[in-house]
Amino acid sequence: MAVASIEISETPLVLYTLRRADDALILGHRLSEWCGHAPILEEDMALTNMALDLLGQARELYSYAGAVEGNGNDEDRLAYLRDVRQYRNLLLVEQLNGDFARTMVRQFFYSTFADLYWRAMMKSGDATLAAIAAKSEKETAYHLRHSSEWMVRLGDGTAESHARTQTAIDDLWAFTGEMFEVDPGERALIEAGTAVDPATLRPQWLKIISDVVAEATLTLPKGDWMQQGGRSGRHSEHLGHLLSELQSMQRTFPGVTW
Amino acid sequence: MVIAMFDDAELRQRAWDVAATVVDPEIPVLSIADLGVLREVAVRDGQIEVAITPTYSGCPAMNMITLEIELALEREGFRNSKVRTVLSPAWTTDWMSEDGRNKLREYGIAPPQPAGSRRALFGVEQVKCPQCGSSDTEVLSEFGSTSCKALWRCKSCREPFDYFKCH
Repeated sequence: MAVASIEISETPLVLYTLRRADDALILGHRLSEWCGHAPILEEDMALTNMALDLLGQARELYSYAGAVEGNGNDEDRLAYLRDVRQYRNLLLVEQLNGDFARTMVRQFFYSTFADLYWRAMMKSGDATLAAIAAKSEKETAYHLRHSSEWMVRLGDGTAESHARTQTAIDDLWAFTGEMFEVDPGERALIEAGTAVDPATLRPQWLKIISDVVAEATLTLPKGDWMQQGGRSGRHSEHLGHLLSELQSMQRTFPGVTW
Repeated sequence: MVIAMFDDAELRQRAWDVAATVVDPEIPVLSIADLGVLREVAVRDGQIEVAITPTYSGCPAMNMITLEIELALEREGFRNSKVRTVLSPAWTTDWMSEDGRNKLREYGIAPPQPAGSRRALFGVEQVKCPQCGSSDTEVLSEFGSTSCKALWRCKSCREPFDYFKCH
């Protein structure tokens, strides 16, 4: 008998922390799917190393969200016992791995954002969020360097790698707008000096993306229509399938431990 | 109990010395003191409280290090010690002791460069081969056998080697 989902008291700070935790967990899970399947051994290790960093970031954030909520929900309950509509990650991070180029483009878009975001969050008035950010930015700097190098290698590589990378950029571009979205609850946290205002990061984000994409002999799409929904729990069909795998053990054997 | 004969300052020092013997399970030549993972030892109501900081957010060695500290203290007569994890200030390879750097090199792992160098978007690091000392080296992968290491190769002696990444 599967165990039911938990209810969360979603105060603005709980929700804010869960959104960051969900981004890290879901992207980390996606990267872990490459384990044993990457094109070369070095990449198999790189992708799983990054997955481990993201999982570590998610754990710190979930633990903090649980402590702020104060209802006894720990990192495991928050990760394993929330249903798909309760997940608040970016649609970008739940997209399928596809080929290696698509995984790298997704990683490049997210890491560029996360690197700027964590560095800004180090100045948060919330000491725990600032501490988590200070750890995360060091790790994310490597993720960004890794994916930037791959963007250039793939884009300026063969006709095949160029075409695949360009297709991935075109397909994933519409998921990047959501990174800069803010709801009223988050707006209040920004004004209180707790949260980061992502709009202030957008010019730098676009400059890094544009420079690397140009160096890679690739182009950014002209269109500016952006997909939304992840931050409020409206996801693509992919997240439910991902969660059914991620949560299967705890849903089938509630409370099981090592 | 033996430890009842000491005052808090002596207890603290003895407990620090015991905790400092615990080694990183993934790099057993380095103690947690060499690494800068051991942050603080305090005495509260006669009990020992140890603070450690993780190297990487997802470092799987932290649980084992916690257990090893508790066991080491227990063996020396410190009962019911507590180990807590602190995140701030964030761990940096700049905390690694000179002694630790030398031990790493002798073990065959190139010690970390100053932490500023990780910010370069496209790698510009110069790492010396820990086997032959040559600077004619190249990176094979930014990510190695553990979170804290990258994989490099020496073009002089042709040996691959681990590099402890700056952080």
